[in-house]
Amino acid sequence: MSELTKQDEASQVDPEDASASPRKAWIKLLTDSTAFIFLALLAMLVAFTVLRPEAFATVNNLRNIAIAASILLVLSIGQTFVIGTAGIDISVGSMLVFAGVAASLAMAEINGGQGWTAVAVGTVVSLLSGGAWGLVNGLLITKAKLPPLIVTLGTFGGVLGFAKVLTGGINLRTVPTELVETLGIGRLFGVIPWLVILALVVMTAAAITLRFTRFGRYTIAIGSNEEAARRVGINVDRHLLKVYALSGVLAGIAGMMSLSRFANTTIQGHDTDNLQSIAAVVIGGTSLFGGIATMFGTLVGVFIPTTLQNGFVILRIQPFWQEVAVGAVLILAVYVDQLKRRARDRL
Amino acid sequence: MGDTTKPLLQARGIYKSFGHVRALRGCDFDIYPGEVVAMIGDNGAGKSTLVKILAGVQPPDNGEIIFDGQPVTLADPTAAQRLGIETVYQDLALAPDLNPAANLFLGREILRPGLLGKLGFLDNAAMVEQTRAAFTSLGAGVQSETVPVASLSGGQRQSIAVSRAATWANRLVIMDEPTAALGVVQSKAVLELIKRVSDQGIAVVIISHNMPEVLEVSDRVEVLRLGERVARFQTGEANMDLLVGAMTGSLVQEDA
Repeated sequence: MSELTKQDEASQVDPEDASASPRKAWIKLLTDSTAFIFLALLAMLVAFTVLRPEAFATVNNLRNIAIAASILLVLSIGQTFVIGTAGIDISVGSMLVFAGVAASLAMAEINGGQGWTAVAVGTVVSLLSGGAWGLVNGLLITKAKLPPLIVTLGTFGGVLGFAKVLTGGINLRTVPTELVETLGIGRLFGVIPWLVILALVVMTAAAITLRFTRFGRYTIAIGSNEEAARRVGINVDRHLLKVYALSGVLAGIAGMMSLSRFANTTIQGHDTDNLQSIAAVVIGGTSLFGGIATMFGTLVGVFIPTTLQNGFVILRIQPFWQEVAVGAVLILAVYVDQLKRRARDRL
Repeated sequence: MGDTTKPLLQARGIYKSFGHVRALRGCDFDIYPGEVVAMIGDNGAGKSTLVKILAGVQPPDNGEIIFDGQPVTLADPTAAQRLGIETVYQDLALAPDLNPAANLFLGREILRPGLLGKLGFLDNAAMVEQTRAAFTSLGAGVQSETVPVASLSGGQRQSIAVSRAATWANRLVIMDEPTAALGVVQSKAVLELIKRVSDQGIAVVIISHNMPEVLEVSDRVEVLRLGERVARFQTGEANMDLLVGAMTGSLVQEDA
């Protein structure tokens, strides 16, 4: 065998060389693309600063970007798990709105919508209703065997529809002052908004879960090869249910964050949350084809759409251009993802 | 490894149809403890179907599977795994984005001791270490336990799949054409690996189309044709002509 191993190695000089270069190329591309995102973000910040330093590069404005990014980050954390399984969740923005509406309706029943009891009840209702819709997504995907794209496209429309039915299409404004004044506009040491801190705490927990736990391992394994996961006895359906439910619960958290920031249910404000979060996740380096996911990448990724949005408003460019830009960046990021895979995979 | 004169696993009168196609028509199969049995047959003979039934991937329409003298029902792959039966599928069933250690332990992860383990934290160091030990003891020739499987050669991937099966099987490993996609040298390494698995007292069923390989690695040969077992040989008594004759139907053993 030792002789055979030597032969094996000798004969593999060629393939080994071939494997070394794609591997290097892969690492290079990966580092390059991560560096590329930082550079792109930096270039954006510099450009906006140069164009309107007095409005863009202020503490207040950068704080605004961070706040906008924090709500998107919480949605994108769920999206990272979902995309890690090679799935997709188009319904995140609708679940956010529905959770906010449900919470607002529930809070209105308690002390006329004021006080900490109302906040607590609202939070529970928001997380439960987000989680329930996530569970509906998961059940349709695993039990009815429908493609995630179609299921969540359906709930994207349907759940927002339900939210509008509940409110008659008019934004509810029942949000306890206690919530707005703490989570909504409050800051740690008067500097760091609580919204940002909450998002970072959630992100850290999610990053640890993804990287170090069995839950994270199964998420990646299913995205990498679902059939292989089934054959070794992993309960794939149950895991997918959990992942989609998690996405819903996180949308519920984002719903409470949105309520406390805007003091209303912002029904019209979340049509493109799905685009933004999917773009953020994929820009960050999570593979749309599943099997590769990075929470830190998502953290960087969310700043691309939010900085663009903010910069365009400040430059008085029609903010609609942001959607055009984000769409283009999403397509580019998926293209790069594909190139990375081709460079790495043999055969 | 118990009594080697009693079969480890017997399939008796297995029937399986897919629509109008009768893949298995009362097929029998036997393997004794520690044996390497080659299952051969032309395309459409029913080999893959029988393997899927023995691995618990598909249930038979009719017939009996007897393991250690007891009738068993293999409702799913985990039922087979609980009996100590592991299968190396033709497509290997590896997660390409995970490293060899993660693949070896997929679905059987080692958790950290104490509270962290209860929270689901993985003990990657232990898994890598045990994977390295498994590769060394089997001579698997996989250099790294920590790069994505997708970046490894076909032979190395095959070695990982075989090592995984050998690590978890304590009674029987079933391999569906383990060398079909490999070059000459890599095939030899995998055959060597099969011998080492067998040396550990684990029985091996190997499906192969490669007759010289069958004659080299197996103790016995069972031949399937049109969904039935048509011949059985001790490998020492067999030769290429006999095997091909049995596969094509020009030779029939009455007592098979």
